[in-house]
Amino acid sequence: MSDITHLQFLESEAIYVLRETAAQFTKPAMLFSGGKDSIVMAWLARKAFHPSKLPFPLLHIDTGHNFPEAMTYRDWFVKEVRAELVVGSVQKSIDDGRVVEERGHNASRNKLQTVTLLDTIEEHQFDACLGGGRRDEEKARAKERFFSHRDEFGQWDPKNQRPELWNIFNGRKNFGEHFRVFPLSNWTEMDVWQYIRQEEIPLPNLYFTHQRRIIERHGQLLDAETGFVTLLEEEKAKVKEMTIRFRTVGDATCTGAVLSDAKTIDDVVAEVAAARQTERGTRADDKRSETAMEDRKKEGYF
Amino acid sequence: MDLLVNPTESSLLRFTTAGSVDDGKSTLIGRLLYDSKSIFEDQLLAVEESSKRRGDAHVNLALLTDGLRAEREQGITIDVAYRYFATPKRKFIIADTPGHIQYTRNMVTGASTADLAIILVDARHGVVEQTRRHSYLASLLRIEKVVLAVNKMDLVDFSEEVFNKIIADFNEFRKSLPNEVDATLIPISALNGDNVVDKSDNTPWYSGKTLLEHLETVQVRGGTSQHDARFPVQWVIRPMSDDYHDFRGFAGRMASGTFKVGEEVLALPAGMTSRITGIHTFEGRKEETTPDLSYSITLADEIDISRGDMIVRPDQAPQHSPHIDAMICWFTEKKLKPRTRFHLRHTTRDLRATVTDLHYKVDISTMEQVGDVKEFGLNDIGCIRIKCAAPLFFDAYSKNRTTGSFVLVDEQTNNTVAAGMILRAVGDESTKSTDEFAI
Repeated sequence: MSDITHLQFLESEAIYVLRETAAQFTKPAMLFSGGKDSIVMAWLARKAFHPSKLPFPLLHIDTGHNFPEAMTYRDWFVKEVRAELVVGSVQKSIDDGRVVEERGHNASRNKLQTVTLLDTIEEHQFDACLGGGRRDEEKARAKERFFSHRDEFGQWDPKNQRPELWNIFNGRKNFGEHFRVFPLSNWTEMDVWQYIRQEEIPLPNLYFTHQRRIIERHGQLLDAETGFVTLLEEEKAKVKEMTIRFRTVGDATCTGAVLSDAKTIDDVVAEVAAARQTERGTRADDKRSETAMEDRKKEGYF
Repeated sequence: MDLLVNPTESSLLRFTTAGSVDDGKSTLIGRLLYDSKSIFEDQLLAVEESSKRRGDAHVNLALLTDGLRAEREQGITIDVAYRYFATPKRKFIIADTPGHIQYTRNMVTGASTADLAIILVDARHGVVEQTRRHSYLASLLRIEKVVLAVNKMDLVDFSEEVFNKIIADFNEFRKSLPNEVDATLIPISALNGDNVVDKSDNTPWYSGKTLLEHLETVQVRGGTSQHDARFPVQWVIRPMSDDYHDFRGFAGRMASGTFKVGEEVLALPAGMTSRITGIHTFEGRKEETTPDLSYSITLADEIDISRGDMIVRPDQAPQHSPHIDAMICWFTEKKLKPRTRFHLRHTTRDLRATVTDLHYKVDISTMEQVGDVKEFGLNDIGCIRIKCAAPLFFDAYSKNRTTGSFVLVDEQTNNTVAAGMILRAVGDESTKSTDEFAI
């Protein structure tokens, strides 16, 4: 019996995948949003190439609707690991006429990210993008590979995926195609939290309890503090100060908060263990249809 | 809090499930996830709503696992999906593979990373062709442990006789398998939950563990630290910084065995020996490696070592030859014909290779070898001969699943078209088993 713990196994597997990515591709990049999954992934990358610097830049697809706390963290982290930062801006994609901003009070820039991401990949000629996606997050992601092939349009074809056998990853591709690579594929939300606890990884304070002005919409607790969520006239009077934390951190317009008193990582771990809702249950973008994630992934989203 | 896995103690078990569509595979997975409280309310709600919309009479737990649009439309599982659940004792990764015969390749894919296979048997039908086929695949892929979950016991009145008959039939059948299979038989009802998580009152004659107890306690990856030391090099770490001016670390994951600082090692294919000066991790230096963990290793001498090379012990050298015989499973519609060229990926190495001979195919229903083969089609399993552009350093798959496995990549499409398990170097009689079949 190999007596390593499940966290040791997951860590070693992720390091293996990160090194395979650096070795098999000419110009990889690592997506970094300042959310916990990308933080853990970048943390593992530092371990994989220690004592070297990361052999690829961190890539932030900036929707312009970021929580300021996540941005502060991003800039601190980039310095901490001595990484290079590349930013792809959704605002610039809008200004350039590449995408048209959604209208209406439910408008979100989440979907527009895909165009900015694909443009940035093309501009910098990245041939692999590392992402912090996990297969436990969503049913379409459960079918995802570690090395996920994308055609020249950035499309994912779930019916034509390369089989992955043992720990042999095939990153061969034609010119213009690229790969998405997910080193945390086998991690669950709980694994991520237990790892953060074990490694004492600092996180943006959004993940811990704080007071925030919140508006409840379609059963979701949305941020009313940053001003990115467009409030209807009748909603303006209903904004309430609540004690919350975020379970996932993405675009402020579609990331829901949860009521929580969790002050420490231990508190969060206990809360996640008792949770009866999935993590992505707080994400409005997944609720648009039964196959919202699959459809976005086919277009080139993560 | 009782659901909380203890991260300092809990180990990981990876298993795959096999069985025909109607054997209750989805129900069993649904039951394991549900009873271990791994299904969330919003997921269950979504499945209930979908079931209602589709007009299903009951909540269709298969919708939890069939996530793709096409799968939902057709009501079948198309591709391997991975599921996760945990108990306080262990974490589990399920490779959930489709049951149809046309998805043999998916079963092989799921089995390649599994330590254990659950094969579902319908108690009413006993050991059938499908059971034999799945047992054969588990045996071929060298899955250490097999569980025969004898399902639908409620439909045979929880009869001890029926269960004993299946045990006897299976014991008779398994003698014909190419490799020995360590199997445990458990009578269950996935639908009602008998002996899945909780012990059933309906089977007082059964004194064994429930399925979950078995999964939580079964010992796997037996003795990988006793195996020969194998360290395939993935990447060379050269910081070129003031602090680490001369640092040249060989980064990789310990495939098997262990290394100690100070030990003499052999670098392949260079064939040069040196001494380990350091075993490095981000947390600091270690005295010894552990199988499955990732390190970077520094050596005393300047030897040309790069990605694809392997570091071993001088007294534990692997086999080496450009010619190998291997069992393969063919993965694609395009037929395999002799003299086709491929990229062969073995550990971290990528070599040009040609298939020179097709020895035989295996009829996986009868496990008979069929000779005089002109081509291999989708899902075919059989033995072939390969010539590589350079000598391959390998172990027989029966000895080492990491250094004995490879895939073939099509030169035109870049697709992974075959899974391979190395039998032996061609012409090497010493490694030839008495049973031509055994790998």
